[in-house]
Amino acid sequence: MALLTADKPRTTRTTEPGDGPGTQGRLRRRIQDNLLAYAFLAGGILCFALFSWYPLVRGVILSFQQVNFVTDPYWVGAENFEVLFDDPLFWTAWKNTVVFTGLALVLGYAAPLVLAILLNELRHFKAFFRIAVYLPVMLPPIVVVLLWKYFYDPGNGLFNAVLRGVGLPESQWTQGSGSAMISLVLVSTWANLGGATLMYLAALQGIPGELYEAAELDGASVWQRLRHVTLPQLRFIMLVLLLLQVIATMQVFIEPFQLTGTSNPDTITVMVLIYRYAFTVNQDFGLAAAMSVLLFVVLGVFSAIYLRLTREAQ
Amino acid sequence: MTAIAPTPVPTRRRRGDGGAATRTLVSETELRRGRNRVVYWALLAVVTAVFVVAFVLPLYWMVAGALKTPAELAQATPTVVPQDPQPQNFATAWEQMNIARFFANTVFYALGGWLIQLVVDVAAAYALSKLRPALGKVVLGMMLASLMLPAAALLVPAYLTVADVPIFGWNLIDTPWALWLPAAANAFNVYVLKRFFDQIPNDLLDSAAIDGAGRLRILWSIVLPLSRPVLGVVSIFAIIAMWKDFLWPLLVLQDPEKQTLSVALSRLANTSQVPQTEFLAGLVIASVPMVVIFLIFQRSIISGLSAGSMKG
Repeated sequence: MALLTADKPRTTRTTEPGDGPGTQGRLRRRIQDNLLAYAFLAGGILCFALFSWYPLVRGVILSFQQVNFVTDPYWVGAENFEVLFDDPLFWTAWKNTVVFTGLALVLGYAAPLVLAILLNELRHFKAFFRIAVYLPVMLPPIVVVLLWKYFYDPGNGLFNAVLRGVGLPESQWTQGSGSAMISLVLVSTWANLGGATLMYLAALQGIPGELYEAAELDGASVWQRLRHVTLPQLRFIMLVLLLLQVIATMQVFIEPFQLTGTSNPDTITVMVLIYRYAFTVNQDFGLAAAMSVLLFVVLGVFSAIYLRLTREAQ
Repeated sequence: MTAIAPTPVPTRRRRGDGGAATRTLVSETELRRGRNRVVYWALLAVVTAVFVVAFVLPLYWMVAGALKTPAELAQATPTVVPQDPQPQNFATAWEQMNIARFFANTVFYALGGWLIQLVVDVAAAYALSKLRPALGKVVLGMMLASLMLPAAALLVPAYLTVADVPIFGWNLIDTPWALWLPAAANAFNVYVLKRFFDQIPNDLLDSAAIDGAGRLRILWSIVLPLSRPVLGVVSIFAIIAMWKDFLWPLLVLQDPEKQTLSVALSRLANTSQVPQTEFLAGLVIASVPMVVIFLIFQRSIISGLSAGSMKG
């Protein structure tokens, strides 16, 4: 046995390059095939290299540099991070982002699950429900945000008109210090609910009907079937959607950007602050890159768990 | 639950064949039983009402608002139906707010980006699936690794890269390429396409090769025609993503004449003095293409969506 395995490499090695005309021809073909394959791949590799791989490396480098467009970027060590940690807005932005993500989970994490379970039981208007819940997802986000801005208008917006109509006190919505954040979360939840709902619906339809039948024969009530059949079957997708929602909401930008502006301490988020550092107030790319690196590290943890999960599931 | 489904996931039909439909939590017989029937109809009524109020009414309000006169829109007690509909608000928005221009820009960016994504990503997926070059696995792995990168983390370095592309020295700011080239670096497309190509039997391609067809010819006349469903899904998602994108175009298209509809609407909302009615008309115009695409392709979109959550 040992002899045989020891022999093997030697016999294969004799077929390596440069032995006889046959193998040479094969080698040339292999090189040609590879060249052709890489010709097909060239566009993809170039695009990924320039706009994905290189910016990742450059982002990390930038976070330790000062960029001023007059001289070449130069190294400043951890100075960008020190400036960040000294900036009260930095802490405000992180706090707001965590609050936004938390509120979005409270308002928007369970809702699609409940909706999907309900819709899956309804035997009528199925197409209508599906289309209606996903319509907001199809709208351009800026349209959603500007439409809600019109609803939120404290003067003659729809929401205050309704509140007035039913005799409730009016709200300042996005313009009130206490109500601004929750107003943003409402917009975001409305706009994104549909995707998760449809994904849960697809998962629900993948649950084998026999499981319910068996449970019913065993005398399980509807509630027990929900607890012991439906929810366990949805565990995986519930976890996936939890991670996806956290990753997406931590990058929230357009709602605070358009509804409350880039300087409002009540609602400034990490992404808005990165934008502000790089493109408006500070015009400091090093500082913005340092903040991006921190966001990347935080989100990277969630992304890694997500990829692990989905890969294992295959 | 496991793999990406290249063909649309079979979804249940409408209530027409409700009896034959898959069994769900509550069985048909249970539903028909006395009190349950009342509960069902009550629930249906409540859910329908909630859906109409939550999802239909806001869109109706946008369209209705776009049709009102400025005076009617400004009333403290809003009217539900426009008293004196002003369809010309749309025409005014189209011309005076320059929506026509931004609309054309966005169509151009979306179609160009779609085409480039298809060419680049199909070629890459074909090479990785069927030509299998040395280190192909490594290349695919590195492409997929980019799925882990949140777009947010790359914003600043990607912007600097686009402003001065390394090696080539191009400045792509204010050109369509600033949208198109980064969009082509789409790992999800490459992955979905490769998974689909993998299922096409090699024998089929080999026999074509024996008949003298080159690699490009095989891709064009055998692989692509067989891949229509997946090409359709990739195309729809590419166009939707380009149309909806906001932050990236906001950064790289600074010349107002070159902006997308989304970026222009954001700018007009902050600066211009256009009447609110016309502005709402602008929002409606920006939404119409997406709603139309959704209504036409809803099956592909919904099935692609559930497949997409399983990526990785």
